[in-house]
Amino acid sequence: MKYLRLIYANILRKKMRFFLTIGSFGVALFLFGILVAIHNGFYEGINAVEDNRLIVRNKTSLLVFLPYSYKAKIEAMEGVEYVIPSVWFAGVYKDRKNFFSQFAIETAGWAETYPEYAIDKDQWSTFAMDRQGCMVGKALADKFGWKVGDRIPIEGTIFPGAWEFNISGIFEGNKKNVDLNQMWIRYEYLAESIPFMKGQVGWYAVKANHTDYVNSLISRIDGEFSNSPAETKTEPEKIWMIGFAKQMGNINLILISVGGVVIFTLLLVTGSTMAMSVRERTSEWATLKTLGYGDGLVLGLVLGESFFYAFIGGAVGLGLAWLFVSNGDPTGMMGGLFALSAGNILTGIGLTLITGFFAGVVPAVSAMKLRIVDALRRV
Amino acid sequence: MVSLNSSETSNSHISVRELHKIYKRGSESIDVLRGLNLDIEPGEFLAFMGPSGSGKTTLLNLIGGIDVPNSGTIVIDGQRIDNLSSSQLTHWRSRHVGFVFQMFNLIPVLNAFENVEMPLLLTRLSKAQRRKHVETALELVGLADRMKHYPRQLSGGQEQRVAIARALVNDPSILLCDEPTGDLDRESANEIMGLIQRLSNEQNKTVLMVTHDPVAAKCADSVLHLEKGVLIEAVSPPEA
Repeated sequence: MKYLRLIYANILRKKMRFFLTIGSFGVALFLFGILVAIHNGFYEGINAVEDNRLIVRNKTSLLVFLPYSYKAKIEAMEGVEYVIPSVWFAGVYKDRKNFFSQFAIETAGWAETYPEYAIDKDQWSTFAMDRQGCMVGKALADKFGWKVGDRIPIEGTIFPGAWEFNISGIFEGNKKNVDLNQMWIRYEYLAESIPFMKGQVGWYAVKANHTDYVNSLISRIDGEFSNSPAETKTEPEKIWMIGFAKQMGNINLILISVGGVVIFTLLLVTGSTMAMSVRERTSEWATLKTLGYGDGLVLGLVLGESFFYAFIGGAVGLGLAWLFVSNGDPTGMMGGLFALSAGNILTGIGLTLITGFFAGVVPAVSAMKLRIVDALRRV
Repeated sequence: MVSLNSSETSNSHISVRELHKIYKRGSESIDVLRGLNLDIEPGEFLAFMGPSGSGKTTLLNLIGGIDVPNSGTIVIDGQRIDNLSSSQLTHWRSRHVGFVFQMFNLIPVLNAFENVEMPLLLTRLSKAQRRKHVETALELVGLADRMKHYPRQLSGGQEQRVAIARALVNDPSILLCDEPTGDLDRESANEIMGLIQRLSNEQNKTVLMVTHDPVAAKCADSVLHLEKGVLIEAVSPPEA
């Protein structure tokens, strides 16, 4: 602690260099925070998914419908507890930038199939009895100031027309990482309003009695409908969600690549700064060694400066990232999962300190190995 | 009293025997010191003079423990320092030697107080104890009212006085001064030499000084000439 003053005074020696180096760390860690939040937006919801849930979709494409008649056949299979028909609605609330997920669902068995949602029983009953009813997630309700009983207009896109829905209830999550930026409407209302949707669904969510049935159900369901006009592809919902995210590109690879390049650049920039800073102070290092400052202490002082830059810059960057992410997903696509956890922040701090170490270690060793007589002769 | 060229063992404060130092410059080897012998008593004030390259600073560096000889022995207060490891030398140096450089070598981002305190950070003294030592050292050099000043706010003479305070704050027995007045005007140089002389007399410090300045050398008890790595006989300080 008694050497902090020396470290602090040295890093503030040149204010422009100080602010530029802090700025480099800040920008890098801000970007890191945003990338992690994007990653969380795409992948965190997967962690909330139950292991005994399957998605059955058209083998050709998710965009091609399946017959409603498949429901009874799947329900009759051993190991199946519930089958929930679902359709992607994709309407617009007032402005296209107000994007949020909208699903048309059957209510029977839904709450049991999706236990991660905390749903008020009375509100659910209201929803089940009102064909124009809808359930909205709490994040969505808070964002638009919706209350139970409000009637909200939705402009159809896939299913054209001016739709209106009554908010029957507002749901929350029983787990963290549950997306509360969703809206559920009644499948029956969609099917009776849009002629071509009658007898068709987008996909089925299937709840297995036990995870032991998952693999056999996959082969049995796909086997049942093979060689039919609408062959199925059945997979665990987690895999399905990962595949859905991958449709936008290999998100993980993109995030890791961008993040890696940013951190590597930061390492080079800070390493160069530290090397210059150490070289400029050759006589001072020689003087300190003359006074009795040992090699280890000199190494520690240089690394201390590097860690100081890293910690301050990292704190600024992560702090700004946290503030930015707290305002929610600007694209509206990832909903409430666009967030940074305490674990993410700690990872960021760890990463910044590791970068600080590697940026400073070479100049630190150089200062440590400095021969006093050579350094003093250079002055 | 200083004596040269004795090959017998000695009980002197500083005893140097058959000291050799060779520097390599590429493929060339340069014998900077050639079998130097020297005995120095406690409290002596010695000036080393001689042409550039004669080995004056090298001798100072070896006695101060910031370089090691190729052969020969250096015994200070009964302890051989020529065979100490790097870390042992560093530790020994922090306790026994104070350095004063031509270019002052103060840390520019620290004020006078903090510069003088630097050696004390290596000790186990408390903050309050360190403060007391620093204040005493700065009073000794007449800069008690400049504690919060940074080097850029001090004159050359004042900077050198801060450097002297830093060299003394750990109460070393030896003060090594390498051209302490080399970067000062005449008036400041006289002030500094007066201070060093006073410290040598009043505090019984052994002072070894390298200088090209005959006026500075005049303040010493004896002047030793080095030529081509060998000590010539001791003489009285030259007339300025």
